[in-house]
Amino acid sequence: MSDKKVAIQLRSPLGRVRGMGSAKQGSHHWWVQRVSSMALLPLMLWFVISVASLAGHSYADTIRWIGHPLNATLLLLTIAIGFQHTASGLQVVIEDYVEDEMTRMVLILVEKAACVLFGVLAALAVLRIAV
Amino acid sequence: MSIKNNARDATMVGRRTDGTVIRRPLSPHMQVYDMFQITSGMSIAHRITGTIWAVGLLFLVWWLVAAASGPEAFAAAQWFFSSFIGMVVLFGLSAVAWYHTLAGVRHLMWDAGYGYDIPTVHRTGRAVLVGTGVLTVLTWFIAIIAWA
Repeated sequence: MSDKKVAIQLRSPLGRVRGMGSAKQGSHHWWVQRVSSMALLPLMLWFVISVASLAGHSYADTIRWIGHPLNATLLLLTIAIGFQHTASGLQVVIEDYVEDEMTRMVLILVEKAACVLFGVLAALAVLRIAV
Repeated sequence: MSIKNNARDATMVGRRTDGTVIRRPLSPHMQVYDMFQITSGMSIAHRITGTIWAVGLLFLVWWLVAAASGPEAFAAAQWFFSSFIGMVVLFGLSAVAWYHTLAGVRHLMWDAGYGYDIPTVHRTGRAVLVGTGVLTVLTWFIAIIAWA
């Protein structure tokens, strides 16, 4: 089997130049989902090992750990990228399974609002401890 | 049979040349699909674990907000997390998180264009399942050592 890839062009030249499909934003949503997942890989490793190591530790130890500038920075990144990834992931699930257009739109807006709300809440908690 | 004002339904309904409305045939769907084969089973599991993880993020928010609120609030959160139900929840979430992470890496591999042949799909599928078990146990091993 040869490694040569055969590309069949199904899009019109104008469609190809604009790079937009029926979603009107091309592959942007899909690509951001991949980029955020790659960013979350090292963050996830760090977070799980850190929190597992914090098991059974005191309130003061936990506050000291969250308040450390490096931990606070990585926590803020995990929260921001994590909630972004979650919001767009849940959006796809809703888009796939909710049939009624109005219900679908409302659910996506509610889901995104919840992600922003809890994301800001978590970030504010980190900042309150660290700053 | 009526044509609904719904984009998805519209694509499923057509008209014959004489104008009569006809429902287009559907391809084999959930009812005839074996959801327990490793390919489709792991595919839907990736979605389910992602959704569970989204709900699980609420525990992270609770933990952080409790820590920021003071010792009493933090003690309440710690009491829940060290209770039997709390431990079951955290153990489940750790397994779910590792599964979604490893299956996500498998998806990134596919996105890069590798591993599409069936033997490789089955091999990486088993690797994800074994990896989930190993990493979940390892996570709790670290937690138990930290606790002791």
